[in-house]
Amino acid sequence: MKARAAVEGALARIEALEAEIGALLDVDEEGARTLADKLDREPAPRGPLHGVPFALKANLCWRGHLTGAASRILDGYRPPYSATAIERLIAAGAIPLAITNMDEFAFGSSGENSSFGATRNPWDLSRTAGGSSSGSAAAVAAGFVPFALGSDTGGSARQPAALCGVSGFKPSYGRISRRGLIAFAPSLDTVGVLGDSIERIEQVLACVSGHDERDATSLALPPLALEAPREHLRGLRIGVPKEWDAELCDQGARDRIRAALEAMHALGAELVSVSLPLTLHANATYQVVSACEAASQLARYDGVRYGSRESCDGTLQGMIAQTRGSSFGPESRRRILLGTALTSDEGSPSYEHAARVRRRIVDELRAIFERVDLLASATAPEVAFRLGERSGDSARMHHSDLLAVPASLAGLPAASVPCGTCTTDGVELPVGLQLCGAPRADARVLSTARCFQAATRHHLARAPLTGALP
Amino acid sequence: MTRFTPVIGLEVHCQLATLSKLFCACANRFGAAPNTLACEACSGQPGALPVLNREAVDLALRAAAAFGCDLAPHLVFDRKHYWYCDLPKGYQITQSREPLGCGGEVELADGKRVRLERIHIEEDAAKILRTSNSESLVDLNRAGVPLLECVTAPLLASADEAAECLARMREILVFSGVGECDMERGSLRCDVNISLACDEPSARVELKNLNSFVHVRDAVQFEIRRQSELLASGRPVERETRTWDPERRETRSLREKERASDYRYLPEADLPPVPLERARIARAAACVPELPMPRRRRYTSELGLDATLVEVLLESRASAEFFEATLRHARDAREVARWLANDVRALFAEPELDVHSIAELSFKPFDLAELIELAANGRASRPAARQVLRAMCRTPRAPRELLRELGLESLDGGAELDELCRTAIAAHADASEAVRSGHARALDVLVGAVMAASKSRANPVAVRARIRELLQAAP
Ligand SMILES: [Zn+2]
Repeated sequence: MKARAAVEGALARIEALEAEIGALLDVDEEGARTLADKLDREPAPRGPLHGVPFALKANLCWRGHLTGAASRILDGYRPPYSATAIERLIAAGAIPLAITNMDEFAFGSSGENSSFGATRNPWDLSRTAGGSSSGSAAAVAAGFVPFALGSDTGGSARQPAALCGVSGFKPSYGRISRRGLIAFAPSLDTVGVLGDSIERIEQVLACVSGHDERDATSLALPPLALEAPREHLRGLRIGVPKEWDAELCDQGARDRIRAALEAMHALGAELVSVSLPLTLHANATYQVVSACEAASQLARYDGVRYGSRESCDGTLQGMIAQTRGSSFGPESRRRILLGTALTSDEGSPSYEHAARVRRRIVDELRAIFERVDLLASATAPEVAFRLGERSGDSARMHHSDLLAVPASLAGLPAASVPCGTCTTDGVELPVGLQLCGAPRADARVLSTARCFQAATRHHLARAPLTGALP
Repeated sequence: MTRFTPVIGLEVHCQLATLSKLFCACANRFGAAPNTLACEACSGQPGALPVLNREAVDLALRAAAAFGCDLAPHLVFDRKHYWYCDLPKGYQITQSREPLGCGGEVELADGKRVRLERIHIEEDAAKILRTSNSESLVDLNRAGVPLLECVTAPLLASADEAAECLARMREILVFSGVGECDMERGSLRCDVNISLACDEPSARVELKNLNSFVHVRDAVQFEIRRQSELLASGRPVERETRTWDPERRETRSLREKERASDYRYLPEADLPPVPLERARIARAAACVPELPMPRRRRYTSELGLDATLVEVLLESRASAEFFEATLRHARDAREVARWLANDVRALFAEPELDVHSIAELSFKPFDLAELIELAANGRASRPAARQVLRAMCRTPRAPRELLRELGLESLDGGAELDELCRTAIAAHADASEAVRSGHARALDVLVGAVMAASKSRANPVAVRARIRELLQAAP
């Protein structure tokens, strides 16, 4: 009865806290119970994920379920197929239990752009859970599920993981199939994983990674071969980018990152100060590239084939305009307009220009990995901010992804691991340490993060709210 | 009236004859029930990704080799954005920055060579069906079907040249097996760009939806006249898209806004560049057969066939190859050509035989050559040979055996022929008398009677001779 018990436990915790947190858009109780019972009847477990319930972000297609990227334009939309990552998890015996809240189409860093209301941070309900994988991070932080799938285009899995005190991982671009991930910016999108430990994330990665012939951008590699658990970090050179360090505004957070770097040094890693001046342009580059691609990607939501449809004057163009004008949220409209404006001249010079800058940033990052094995920094430049504090201020909102975006532009693997809490306005708030690896060095990033967790055990700290949970 | 020189270019879209669509596993098939050939990818569902069909690339490479294009080093795709209900993703995946091929040419019958500006791969849009109450229904079966777009330089100077160029491009594509190129089914479509040059070129008009060669010729002819008249009367030609109305025999404006500058082309990030390896290119080129134009020249000058016959033989690659294969076992090229063009083609009209093209024939060129030989040396009368041909469609056996089994071997003489001739003379006393008194043409009546009585087995030459003998012998 292990799987069924795990599902019932998750449902009880959801029942107790979800109303306050708003992490979930839908819970498939019946489906999960049926699947759990079936798994419990099997003679032998399929693997480490057998009977483990999980949640998935609303931008991952789950056949027959309401995974509509938290957008009104996909109101009532139930995809006719499941994302490869979900198919593989189900095949490994994991149980999809709930769909998590998010910023509409993953546009945002606070969860506030969801059409269904913002998710609250389990550490302080007045604060953001981060974004755009707000619900996935909060669901893990609130103890609903041991892990959740998210997505990470420019920090969308790592930043909420950091703000909610859980582990988060953005794999190398192409490491996990994007098939079934409702795209935001196809050259940047990755399926992200959030979990209660790096060990858990490693289990998930071993399951969902590996070439998928139905995604032409998926790496032609077998499932990720994990490294053996490390007892120390001797022989590892860890670069600390000066420029990234300077962006860290919060003194408390700064102290936690210092301590984390020292802990890694104590584990035997060699710390090297490095300079990555071009990455200061990463955020601006990211804004252009992602907006252009997003405007293209969202062109398919026209009300013709699925989702919501609104008519006005009986013409096709009128119907498309009315549907898009009234069903996209403000941030989606802003990005579509920006992306459309930036690509409107023949040949899209802005996009071309940004793509050139991007290549130079990629070159700078690749070059640094000739000298160091990993880069360490804070995941986000600050701890969780208050809900409403930055709404409507895109520049400040984007600031939140400043340290996450370089890895996205270069398709690098990066993990966020809890590295303690700091007191802000009298509340304890988690701080995340980001470890970013060389191209395709996913296993190295994970084994280092796991070693750090084993030594520091910061990941065991739980949001106070969850103390009384079943 | 001032003389203006027409400046005409073609944009030809050919559906590639692949098993599946360009970016998904759905069948590429014409005529299925609406929306039965669609999946998450070709219907533009959220999260669905394109996966490039290798067969489509190989066919496009083959076309590039047939036209003699220079190839790009790798295959890259772009998104072309516009909103219409026939476009499931809000963009079409095409190749704008770097087409698969540049250059290359199409040769016309008079030796003129028309340069190709580019050929590239792209996906077809869905089909829109208009209902009687002016609703538009979308059929996704065509969405994502692979297309090869071939754009000629604006080097054509008349309606006839435009139509011929299209026909030449079509036969190259058909012979190479790149596409079916059936204009009625829409597997070959043609847009025409046309302007008139005088001192300076007039605005370019695009003619769309021309779905037959005749329409291409008629529409271009009309458009040359329309634009000439406008220019002659000092009015400008508007840059616009027009369509051909075959009933009213005129082009009319589609009132479509010029949107060319606003397609917002963007690299297709879902499809990484595909390197085009030398070996792959060579394999594709090796699939290009001898093209129709050189064959045409050979058939006319070396074999001395007349033009009509040549065109029939060049109707398809299968037809041309069957002809040439038969020729290897036969003596008389003209005879083989006539058999193929007339008797063999007549088979396709017989529903009970259930063969509709040369490619479906169950007998081999060798068999046809043997049959032709049997007819040529008189062992089978022409009608008997035709009957054997029909039998060959049903049973793949040697014509000689079929001739014998069917009892159709020529009656060249002997008691049976003798008996038939005597009976005919007795039955047609008048005609017999007429022949005796010198009316040679009355002989036809008697020969005809024998032929009918023998069910065409009798050799008419032998019959004629025998009847004469008999009539002379017995006064
Ligand atoms: Zn399909």
